[in-house]
Amino acid sequence: MPGKKRLAVWKLASCDGCQLSLLDLEDELLRIAGAFEIAYFVEASSATAEGPYDLSLVEGSIATAHQAARIREIRRESRLLVPIGACATAGGIQALRNFRDFGPFATAVYPRPEQLDALETSTPVAAHVPIDFELRGCPINKRQALEVLSALLAGRTPKGGSHSVCIECKLRGTVCVMVARQLPCMGPVTHAGCGALCPAYGRGCYGCYGPMETPNTGSWSGWWQQRGMDEPDLRDVFRTFNAWAEAFREESERHGS
Amino acid sequence: MDAVSEPARGESFVLEPRALQALLDAIVAEGYQIRGPLVRDHAVCLDEVTRVEQLPVGWTDEQEGGHYRLTRRGGSALFGCGVGQDSWKRLLHRPLALLWSAERDDGGLALSEPHEEPARFAFFGVRPCDLAAINIQDGILAAGRYPDPFYRARRQGLLTVVANCTSAGGTCFCASMGTGPRAESGFDLALTELWPDTANHALLVETGSDAGTRLLAAVPRRPAGDPERREADEATRRAVEQMGRRLDTSDIHGMLMGNLEHPRWAEVARRCLACGNCTLVCPTCFCTNFEDGGDLELRHAERTRRWDSCFTLGFTRLHGGPVRRKIRSRYRQWMTHKLATWFDQFGTSGCVGCGRCITWCPVGIDLTEESAAIRASDGRSGR
Repeated sequence: MPGKKRLAVWKLASCDGCQLSLLDLEDELLRIAGAFEIAYFVEASSATAEGPYDLSLVEGSIATAHQAARIREIRRESRLLVPIGACATAGGIQALRNFRDFGPFATAVYPRPEQLDALETSTPVAAHVPIDFELRGCPINKRQALEVLSALLAGRTPKGGSHSVCIECKLRGTVCVMVARQLPCMGPVTHAGCGALCPAYGRGCYGCYGPMETPNTGSWSGWWQQRGMDEPDLRDVFRTFNAWAEAFREESERHGS
Repeated sequence: MDAVSEPARGESFVLEPRALQALLDAIVAEGYQIRGPLVRDHAVCLDEVTRVEQLPVGWTDEQEGGHYRLTRRGGSALFGCGVGQDSWKRLLHRPLALLWSAERDDGGLALSEPHEEPARFAFFGVRPCDLAAINIQDGILAAGRYPDPFYRARRQGLLTVVANCTSAGGTCFCASMGTGPRAESGFDLALTELWPDTANHALLVETGSDAGTRLLAAVPRRPAGDPERREADEATRRAVEQMGRRLDTSDIHGMLMGNLEHPRWAEVARRCLACGNCTLVCPTCFCTNFEDGGDLELRHAERTRRWDSCFTLGFTRLHGGPVRRKIRSRYRQWMTHKLATWFDQFGTSGCVGCGRCITWCPVGIDLTEESAAIRASDGRSGR
């Protein structure tokens, strides 16, 4: 039997929440360590090993020139490359800067902005290198992460579709909060994966998983426009963790700059 | 109101509302798990019911395209609400089911199928449209050369207590589909609520099976008379008049299949979210997908089945990608199957007129309206 598969977990521009979701797999961590050689995961261990790696999970967006170079190195060292979380798959909340001039932000926040070495934009991993799969979410769902790891070992396709959150609501039997309570729920235009968490607690979906496979954002906005949602709110509702994901970006731009 | 003699099948009786608890108790005593309507999460849901007070007494609902509101109407009506998002499909054709699992050890691979004690359900308060839907799913899932063992196990022991409709909701159109508002057969017992909110409040009970008839033996009752029968007819007629929607089913197969390139399909696709809600709330939609899973050690593997929807891209993914890429072709597939090609495949319409797909569409798309729009500008030559 060949040696264990080598796993690496990387961090670019991000909050570490997705890595923490991996570490939150408390009952499974020893089994993961048994099934993989965890070669690089500095949030978990300062012991690191050189590549190549069988699987690289990448948290974070590309927000600096250094990160742009780093993701190319990671790609070269990785047989499979899987961006995890809204930063890595869509540019993250920090991509809000993409809608404005970066200069004034830097001046407003930092006393000596000339020391900054940041790109004008925050962009997803797939804008820089080819990827093999992706895990959406802000943060990712740890069960989905475990599924990707198990599927890789078995050489099968990971479970889970790119359809709407609505399907997850119906599977678990949650009453539709949009229809029964008139809450602005983004579930119909949002990618599944969280298990329809927010509607199960009586709240509308916030769109943490970004656009679903064929998002009809225009129809969704039109419905809420008729029910009194104003243009700034329609812009902002699409401009959160996945603001730079194409479908959400375009819809937000239809309702304001 | 005393049980003076053994009830006979085919007879009708009158129960006072408080005698309903005796009926629920008799059902439980026969070993059934009762599932019925109750208020939860701002809607009528189907869940375990053992007490009359759990029913949505004094509630009513408001239903329109993309709109559902429960409101307090007060009064004593037991069945003042129409169908909610849930259908009985959830209990008979479960959203998720483990089909088989496998364990690997040094000796090889051991396959096992889940062993489920067949649940004996009593569905209480089944609306006639939903009874028709169960019949349709029976024909698809429990019949033929390859019946679904999971469905059949749950269906075989099923007891159904119908609640005929004496009012209709804003998205109801069972009268157009010939499935209601009164069930003619296929039930164990059928209740019709008479004169709610008055001193005469009562339930007419029709017996449809030996099992149903036996249950009445321990329930205080009296034989139904002409006034009760007349009022049940009247109440049913009022419900027909209240139907919020109607669907013209004349030549509907020819009409829809002759208009596959009608511009209305592109128009509805601009509104359709392709979210899949209509198919999952539909009590006859039965499509499923299969998923394989396993553990990190590669010792355990399993295959599960879960509800799927023809509105997802994955539904038609073949070599090279999905077949129905456009929302237009997905909506058209769903509606033509439901209203037209279901006849070719299963010998009936796939629609029972419950209105769930209209109410629970987040943007209120209405298949009766879409069908009428296509009919109004029928593109077939010579029309």
